[in-house]
Amino acid sequence: MKLKTFRIGGVHPEENKLTSNCPTQVAPLPKQAIFPLSQHIGAPAKPVVSKGDKVRVGTLLAEAGGFVSAPIHSSVSGTVLKIDTAVDATGYRKPVIVVSVEGDEWEESIDRSDKLETLDAHPELTPEEIVERVKQAGITGMGGAGFPTHVKLCPPPTAKAECVIINAVECEPYITSDNRLMLEHADEIIVGLQLLMKAAKVERGYIGIEENKPEAIALLTEKASHDARIEIVPLMTKYPQGGEKQLVDAVIGRQVPAPPAIPVNVGAIVQNVGTAFAVYQAVMKHKPLFERYTTVTGKQLANPGNFLVRMGTPMSQLIDLCGGMPEGENKLLAGGPMMGRSLMTTDVPVCKGTNSITILSGDDARRQPAQPCIRCAKCVEACPMGLEPYLLAKLSARHFYDRAEQEDIVSCISCGSCQFTCPSHRPLLDNISLGKAAVMGIIRARNAKK
Amino acid sequence: MMNFMLLAIIVLGTIALVASAILFVVSKRFAVEEDPRLAKVAEVLPGANCGGCGFPGCSGMADALVRAADNGSLEGLNCPVGGSKVMSQVADLLGMSVAQTEPMVAVVRCNGSCENRPRTAVYDGLSSCAAMNACSAGETACGYGCLGCGDCVEACRFGAIALNEETGLPEVDEEKCTACGACVKACPRHIIELRKKGPKGRRVYVSCVNKDKGAVARKACQAACIGCSKCVKECKFEAITVADNLSYIDWSKCRLCKKCVAACPTGAIVAKNFPAPKPVEPKAEEVAKPVEPKAEEVAPKPVEPKKVATEAAPKTIEPKDEAKEVTA
Repeated sequence: MKLKTFRIGGVHPEENKLTSNCPTQVAPLPKQAIFPLSQHIGAPAKPVVSKGDKVRVGTLLAEAGGFVSAPIHSSVSGTVLKIDTAVDATGYRKPVIVVSVEGDEWEESIDRSDKLETLDAHPELTPEEIVERVKQAGITGMGGAGFPTHVKLCPPPTAKAECVIINAVECEPYITSDNRLMLEHADEIIVGLQLLMKAAKVERGYIGIEENKPEAIALLTEKASHDARIEIVPLMTKYPQGGEKQLVDAVIGRQVPAPPAIPVNVGAIVQNVGTAFAVYQAVMKHKPLFERYTTVTGKQLANPGNFLVRMGTPMSQLIDLCGGMPEGENKLLAGGPMMGRSLMTTDVPVCKGTNSITILSGDDARRQPAQPCIRCAKCVEACPMGLEPYLLAKLSARHFYDRAEQEDIVSCISCGSCQFTCPSHRPLLDNISLGKAAVMGIIRARNAKK
Repeated sequence: MMNFMLLAIIVLGTIALVASAILFVVSKRFAVEEDPRLAKVAEVLPGANCGGCGFPGCSGMADALVRAADNGSLEGLNCPVGGSKVMSQVADLLGMSVAQTEPMVAVVRCNGSCENRPRTAVYDGLSSCAAMNACSAGETACGYGCLGCGDCVEACRFGAIALNEETGLPEVDEEKCTACGACVKACPRHIIELRKKGPKGRRVYVSCVNKDKGAVARKACQAACIGCSKCVKECKFEAITVADNLSYIDWSKCRLCKKCVAACPTGAIVAKNFPAPKPVEPKAEEVAKPVEPKAEEVAPKPVEPKKVATEAAPKTIEPKDEAKEVTA
């Protein structure tokens, strides 16, 4: 049988899933935990603690700074050392709360048992209550972008949700944290999906998984067999299948129109598999989002692995657990090699969206020098959004923003397929991203004028 | 044979006559009345079409000037390239008066040379300050300073900015700079500022825009402003203010006494174009000290690049699009 996938473009980067078979280890507590106030898309959180306050695991540190925002909870117990600035994943110094760790005391409201709570056992949960608990727990998209989950569960009144799609694709090379999570917590993920379906008031649920994770497909298919509303959809392995629009196309065969349309405009709410697990823990175990599954990987790393990490743990500590930074020139990425953000220091803490720490060494760390465009149109073939990257890059470089807007530059999802496939190693995405930011600015200014 | 040639000449000649008659009638009938002053003003303007005045080219500026003259005042209009000379010529033409403007010059406010500011990472992405600024804090630990890719050099239409290869910083040629402000707009970090050129080009400014706390800023760059406020105390003219750990000298109040330059512990304040110190102690107003910031006092620290910061996808600005979920 031919497996489903999205219809336009896509590339096949080397998978390099070095850690697929490494069971998740619990990372030790840090000495100091650093909590950036902006770990999500939207307004930064506002601190509700001050210097010297005692906090426990799960204590609220900062409340949401608006509707599109999320609260931040402590992942450790100890004393608030200072509210200061520190370098975060963007490379810039941003406001953070620093907590010095003393012991490991949890808030009493958190249920720490391993007992599986099913939705059938809790019929009293209303959709509104689920959304409220998700909101209070500070859950944001766990795949990397960090969009607050409660906002996604409340679609605009013009759109009607018909199904929830769980993104368990993990198409990015190297990363295996979602795969391990599925193998180790399949039951919880199914309950998490049921909760999301109830919250969104829909009767269909899908879990899209790429075929390179056969164990996860088999396990989840078995676990979901008791609920006829849930379907596990094996997908062909192709990057960027984990892009929201690509996943909707692959799973239910609908194409999301150009921005500002979002997947819910075609009836789909897409959530990451890590988000489903976090939703289960938040609703059933009253556990706010303060730890996550993270892969620490790299070909030159002595012992790459998957870790259950308390947020705020500096990446340097995780890298040391894996045998330390390899000799020579390395590139440190928060995320995978395709869409990850390169970091300038290992002091950056693990945040809600840190699904992986990837270390590229030697030749992988350096870019190839750019050559002239040979008009082969490989980038056009690779673009999953059906754009013409060579053209958009050129228009952006020349500041022809009105033309770039006509060519639909705002549809770019920054997946990097064009740059990956370019035989001349041209910095296509760099240029397009600049142009896109400029065009978005122009559009916002125009809308503000109206 | 002759007949054919004759026929051709007659036919083409007739067409030419008819066409010229039509053109003549049309040009008279549909002539556009243009203010004769427009052409004159446009002639006086430098013709650089740099947009520094805020209008699309010199003809746009001429149009604005003529309209402003009709409304009774040339206030707010200034040709930065031509300066006072051109503006007074324009004013004479239009029978107006114009306020004298100070000649300005672009000033690069960053001391982050390779010596002062060690490189901590290597960037090998698109060679553009805007691109580097969007995906990382650059190759040094300073998130405010010059990125050194030369977006300003590219923006300058007068060839007035060039990167100094030794320091890695852009330098402004004061003779060529017309203060059109193109570099100010091009710099993603807002380091370049238009400041008063000053008498004989002498000026004093804080050559740093780092707003981090003193210790953090100093760690990133030895010649950073640490916001210690010593300069504020020295200044008798209330020209200096410190906000967000950063000192700023108001050029309209500065009297060039250079006391702040001597007081600055990091050498972040720069005095430009002052004569070299004389052996005898001169009067207070004329105090002259070496122009160089205190870069020579500190030995350069060669730093081996350890990490390569590249290729990071600049943040997707689509609030509703979880494009980053690709990594899921």
